[in-house]
Amino acid sequence: MAMAWVWTGMVVLSVAYGMLNGTIGAVGNAAMEGAAAAVQLCLNMAGVMCLWSGVMSIMKACGLMDGLSRLFRPLLGRLLPRACKDPETLAALSGNVSANLLGLGNAATPLGIQAVRRMAVGSGGRATDEMCLLVVMNTASIQLLPTTVAGVRAALGSQSAFDILPAVWLASALSVTAGVIAAKVFSRFWRR
Amino acid sequence: MDYSTLLVPLLLAFVALFGMGKGVNVYDAISKGAEEGLAILIRILPALVGLMTAVYMLRASGAMDLFGELLAPLLDRLGIPPETAAMLFIRPVSGSGALAIGSELMAAHGPDSYIGRVAAVMLGSTETTFYTIAVYFGSAGVHRTRYAIPAALLADLTGFVAAAFAVRLLMQGP
Repeated sequence: MAMAWVWTGMVVLSVAYGMLNGTIGAVGNAAMEGAAAAVQLCLNMAGVMCLWSGVMSIMKACGLMDGLSRLFRPLLGRLLPRACKDPETLAALSGNVSANLLGLGNAATPLGIQAVRRMAVGSGGRATDEMCLLVVMNTASIQLLPTTVAGVRAALGSQSAFDILPAVWLASALSVTAGVIAAKVFSRFWRR
Repeated sequence: MDYSTLLVPLLLAFVALFGMGKGVNVYDAISKGAEEGLAILIRILPALVGLMTAVYMLRASGAMDLFGELLAPLLDRLGIPPETAAMLFIRPVSGSGALAIGSELMAAHGPDSYIGRVAAVMLGSTETTFYTIAVYFGSAGVHRTRYAIPAALLADLTGFVAAAFAVRLLMQGP
């Protein structure tokens, strides 16, 4: 429902401002252009998206995801010590992180949900510090190959669709770090 | 030669060989994965039609530029290009909305321009925060989310500032 308000707001605002600004003719044309651009974009990026989803699924079939999971266990044990005492939660958590890294959103979400449900047992509907930290880590995207964005760039004629990778990694790392620090600081005084 | 032009072919060859070495039927796996990719596209296309229409209308009316100008003093101080102002507000709420704004920016300014790259890095380094929080806490029956939302939004804001910073540092200036 929230999106219905956002969308209606965007359309009404453009019409109202278009009237005031004398750009209403352009607004009408733009509506048609926008709808066509959406389909065009999806068609143009379909090849790249499908190819990378395919590559990711080979990596998953090779056990690369499990390998990555093992790599992350020590770090997770330090960040979420209480949850990681339970081996099944630890397995779900490390699977969640490695699926996120590989951009396997469909695999990451169920694993994350499984972990958070196990962590929620006995919490009485109140998010514990570790649950907050896990959710914050999941809202700060950590993805090795941002394939959707690369697909859009390729569709729009970029010279090298993946040249943004180091910048994406740096920005993700800074954003995750800020999230973890914020969660740690908030947990000190957010008692409720 | 640019290393990222080598990344794609080398990664493909590596994954194919590594998969064969592990006894995986890589051809089956890539077809199955491509099918999943197509399913994702089919899921985003209808949302994008509505959202790109609205984003193109906002841009054409001039409201988007006005919004950027209003926020420019604040965004300049953070090093964020004001053209991306709308992205900052849609990104935590709607993934397809952010994709619509980002691709409009990349189309208008060029995917290899400073603004196009900042928009791309912003999309790649942040998530749909409110959706993620709703899914995780909703499925665990948590209704007291405490500081999860402010901490996550702080991470998003850092991601936006860092995206512009990383493009300036590693790729190109405005």
